[in-house]
Amino acid sequence: MHRHARYIFPAPAFLVVGLIIVYPVFYTAWMSLQEWFASSLTPPKFIGMLNYRKILTGDPRFTDAFFRTIYFTVIAVTIETTLGVGMAVLFNREFWGKGLVRTLSILPMMATPTAISLIFVMMYHPTLGVMNYLLTVVGLPAWSWTYSSKTALYAIALVDVWEWTPLITLIALAGLAALPKEPYESAKIDGASAFQCFYLITLPLLRPTLVVAILFRAIDALKTFDIIFVMTQGGPSNASETINILLFNQAFSYFNMGYASSMAVALFAIILGICLILMKVRRVGW
Amino acid sequence: MVANKQFRQFARTAGFYGLVILVMLPTVFVFFWMITLSLKPQVEAAGYPPSFFRFTVTFRGYVEVFAKHPFLLYIWNSLVVAAGTTLLGLIVGLPAAYSIAQWKQQKLALTILVARIIPGISYLIPWYILFRNIRMVDTYTALILTHLVVGLPITIWVMIGFFEDIPPDLREAALIDGCTDYGAFWRVAIPLVKPGVVATAILAFIFSWNNFLFSVILAGRNTRTLPIAVFNMIGYEEINWGPLAAAATLITLPVIILTLIIQRHIVTGLTFGAVKG
Repeated sequence: MHRHARYIFPAPAFLVVGLIIVYPVFYTAWMSLQEWFASSLTPPKFIGMLNYRKILTGDPRFTDAFFRTIYFTVIAVTIETTLGVGMAVLFNREFWGKGLVRTLSILPMMATPTAISLIFVMMYHPTLGVMNYLLTVVGLPAWSWTYSSKTALYAIALVDVWEWTPLITLIALAGLAALPKEPYESAKIDGASAFQCFYLITLPLLRPTLVVAILFRAIDALKTFDIIFVMTQGGPSNASETINILLFNQAFSYFNMGYASSMAVALFAIILGICLILMKVRRVGW
Repeated sequence: MVANKQFRQFARTAGFYGLVILVMLPTVFVFFWMITLSLKPQVEAAGYPPSFFRFTVTFRGYVEVFAKHPFLLYIWNSLVVAAGTTLLGLIVGLPAAYSIAQWKQQKLALTILVARIIPGISYLIPWYILFRNIRMVDTYTALILTHLVVGLPITIWVMIGFFEDIPPDLREAALIDGCTDYGAFWRVAIPLVKPGVVATAILAFIFSWNNFLFSVILAGRNTRTLPIAVFNMIGYEEINWGPLAAAATLITLPVIILTLIIQRHIVTGLTFGAVKG
C-alpha cells in the first residue's frame, strides 16, 4: 500500500477522465475522417481528409462562422479588458462598500447563463423592451439589438461583456494589490502624472496577470454557446452563427456527424492556436 | 480657505462614489429587472413605457410557472443531476487532488487542464452516439457522467490548492504514528481541508446546475433540467413575460445564495490552472 498509494489515489479519477474525456476526444477525431449521417441507416464511410478540405475551401458558411467567431471574441475580450482594468484601477483603494462591490461583481459570472439570456431577450425587445426605452430617454435613437442581422452579434457581445468584465476586474484587482510601491514613489518624485504612472508602471507590471486573464476569457469567448443559442440560435439570417453554433446545428439538426466532428477539431485547433499566441505574448515584451 | 479645501475633499469623495455607482449600475439593473418583471402583472410586465418602481406586485407569474409546467419535476431533475455530479466528482476527485499535491504529479495535473481548452461539443457528439445506441439518452446517469466533464477537472484543480496548503510534516507525523497512507488522507488531510471541500462542492454544483449544452441534447422528457425548461418556455410563452421572469428568478436564486456563501473562492474556481499551468 505504502509504495503504491501514489498510483492508487489518482487511479479512479483518471479512469473517469479516460472514459468521459479522452475516449470521446479520440472518437471525435476518428469520426472527423468519416462521412456519416446519424439519421440514416448507412454505416459511417471512411473519406480521409475530405471533411477538412471542405472546411478549408468549400464551405462559405464555415468561413463566415470562423471570422464571426474571431470578431466576436476580439470585440468582447477587448471591451472586457479595457473596462475591467479601468474598474480595477478605480476600485484599487480602501473605501466603504468595497466588499459589496466585490460581491456584486461575482454574481453575473455565476448566474445561470440561460436565465440571464432570457432576461436580455426581454430587455432587448425592439418595441416593448426597457433598453430601447432607456435609449429614447437619453435622446438616442432606438436600436434593433438581437432582432436585426446588422446588430445581433454586437448585442450578444454586450451580454458577454456584462457577464465577464467582472472577472477581468477581480483578477486585475488582485494583480494591482501585489504590485510593489517603490516605482510609484520614485515616479512621484520625478514628477510623473497619474496617466504616465498608469501607462509606464502599472500596465507593464500588470501584464503577466492580464495575459492570463485574457487567455481565460479568449478560450471561453471562442466557445460561447449558451447565450447565443438561447437568444438568437445563430440568427437572424445566420448573423450570429459562430463555429460552435454552426457545428451544433450540423450535428444535432442535420445529424451530419462526420462533418460536425471535423469542425469540432478545427475549433479546438483555433483555440489552441490562440492560446499559444497569447502565451508567447506573455514572455515577449509589448 | 479651510472650507474650500473641505469642499474639494467632499466633492472628490462624492465624485468617486458617483463613478462606483455608475459602473456597478448595469450589474445591479439586470437582476433588479429580472426580479421586478417576475412580480408584475402581464399588462405591466409588457407595458410601454416600462415602470421601474411603481407597479402592482403579484405572484401570478410564479403560480403560472408551476401550474402550466411540471416545474417541480425540473427542479428535482436539476437537483439530482447537480448533486450526483458533485458527489461523484468529490469521490474520485479528492484522492486524485491529494495525490497530485502530495507527490507533485504535475503531468497528471496538466492532462486535466487540457480538458478546459477542448470545446464541449467534441465530447457531446460521441456521448450522444453512444448513449443513443445503448438507449440511455434521457437518463440521470448520462447527464451526471457528462456534467462530470466540467465538474471533475474543477474539483481536482481547486482541491490541489487546498491540499498543498497542508504542512507536509503533518502527514509524516501521521505515518510515523502508524497511520497508513489511506489513514493520513482520510483522518488527517480531509478534516483540514473541509472548508475547501465545501467551496469546491458548491462550485461543481453550480456549474452542473447552469449547464445548458450537454443537457439540451441528453435530457429528455423525464430528466429535463431547469435551463432547458426555461429555454423551451421562451417559444411557448411569447411575450408573457411575468412567468418567464419568474422562471429565470427561480433558477438564479439558488445560485446567488450559494455564490454568496463561497464568494472568496469563485475566482480561483473560474481561473483554475492559471497559477500552475
